Amino acid sequence: MSTRKRKENFWGFVLIGPLLIGIIIFNVFPFFENIFFSFTNLGRFGLYRLTGFDNYIYFFKDEQVLNAFWNTFKYVILGVPCIIILSLILAALLNQKIKGKGIYRTLLFLPAVTMPSAIAMIWKWLYNYDFGIINTMLNYIGIHNISWLGNADIIFWSVLIVLIWSGIGYNMIILLAGLQCIPPVYYEAAEIDGAGPIRKFFSITIPMLTPTLFFVTITSVIGTIQVFDIILLLVGKTNLVQGDAISGVYVFYKYAFILQEKGFAAAIALILFILTLIVTLILLKLQKKWVHYQ
Amino acid sequence: MELSKKNKLIIHLLLIFSVILTVFPYIWMVLTSLKTQAQSIQVPPVIIPSAPQWSNYTRLFTILPFANFYLNTAVSTVIITFGQLFLCSMAAYAFARLKFWGRDVLFVLLLSLMMIPSQIYLIPQFLIIQKIGLLNTISALILPSLYSAYGTFLLRQFFMGIPKDLEEAALIDGCNFFQIYYKIMLPLVVPGLIALGILVSLWSWNSLMWPLIVNTSTDKMTLSAGLANLSGRSGIQYPILMAGSVLSSLPIITLFFIFQKKFISGIAITGSKG
Repeated sequence: MSTRKRKENFWGFVLIGPLLIGIIIFNVFPFFENIFFSFTNLGRFGLYRLTGFDNYIYFFKDEQVLNAFWNTFKYVILGVPCIIILSLILAALLNQKIKGKGIYRTLLFLPAVTMPSAIAMIWKWLYNYDFGIINTMLNYIGIHNISWLGNADIIFWSVLIVLIWSGIGYNMIILLAGLQCIPPVYYEAAEIDGAGPIRKFFSITIPMLTPTLFFVTITSVIGTIQVFDIILLLVGKTNLVQGDAISGVYVFYKYAFILQEKGFAAAIALILFILTLIVTLILLKLQKKWVHYQ
Repeated sequence: MELSKKNKLIIHLLLIFSVILTVFPYIWMVLTSLKTQAQSIQVPPVIIPSAPQWSNYTRLFTILPFANFYLNTAVSTVIITFGQLFLCSMAAYAFARLKFWGRDVLFVLLLSLMMIPSQIYLIPQFLIIQKIGLLNTISALILPSLYSAYGTFLLRQFFMGIPKDLEEAALIDGCNFFQIYYKIMLPLVVPGLIALGILVSLWSWNSLMWPLIVNTSTDKMTLSAGLANLSGRSGIQYPILMAGSVLSSLPIITLFFIFQKKFISGIAITGSKG
């Protein structure tokens, strides 16, 4: 048995070896280096000196950065429930016995396989002030042109719509798979007891779906925190009202790779990490209250 | 339960309405990409251009090295996908089946990596790539993405579901653990490999931030970075931008239409195994 043990030890490390090397070079080491950089003024040319907590003090003084984190929070709080409710409705509709389900499913899933940069380009064109099709159609019903991406009060909502639009397909498929796993006997039993469709939905479907709903919630929350491509390309680097739409990840990118204030950006990344961790832990904690595992 | 005719009609109408909201932007993208600049801004709008301007597509290749973008994106996506399938499945098998020293600690480390936003690695990763002189190369696109904690975790779930007696028999026959992994176990987790392969290639084809950071010279860009570059240029008109968007997203959308069953079941699997 001890030769077996030795063999398992040896082969275990051979098999995880490449992964382990990758993780040490590109994850573990960078993680700690980033923490270190966040206490320096690392800039464009790689020179730096220690600056203590300065970056963190700047963080809480910099209104644009704080505002960006606030925007991220709003995208999550407003976007995730919309994405989940709409995906759930569509999944429930697709789970009925109707013709043409396959075609509906394929077409509704399209945004999930489309490059976010292309999605941003398309919507930028739809939202165009003078010639965009949305404003053109609004003109027909007597509404004057709306500055979708140029008005500080509107730009956040314009971006939010695109985030919701592009997030539904993926979650719909996951929820549909979850719905299909609910054994039909539960519904049959409920029908015998005289339950109507609404009652069945809230007493059987939702409770049985809670593990999937939890998965969808946590991936959508993290996904929304991470949104970058759509915001970068839809809002644009030179947009005068970008402050009302850019996200925490966007300001990280801006400071790290456009303004080249890498020390400050490292602090932004660390705060982003801590906030993501807190949100994940809260979701995991709340899970016990509403998720039913069989 | 049978639905009444009226209810069926309502469901169809709701679904058709959602499909229109989903598909209309795509149709408008394609139609715009075939218009002249004058047609694209005409009021009332031209719906279908009388003479499709295919030259918008050829002009793209003269404005930016789009052929290079295709090559860079395709090469990096293929290598990243096969790299992840190989490295993650190897490690996943070891985590699922072998008892080696420190396994559980390493697995917890792996799980915690999945919860860390990637931004925290980006500055040091960029400096590493810069230090070894790989900025503006295809290798820069590939290197940090050759493995993933998520892929390892996902495939481990698949390996855990396979009965153990197969391996015991092979061990007695004198196979080593790599042979068992490669010859016996790998063929049994093909559904998992397909699911991961789809996810990774989607992610890699579409990703923007890392390619934007490491490859700044135009001939080394990927499609998404190229599109970002195109949209940042002054004087680029919407028909050209739409043609660029079509060209960048078309390969994956085409693959999706060909393999839709595999795509959809692959995505669905990640929901139940994750």
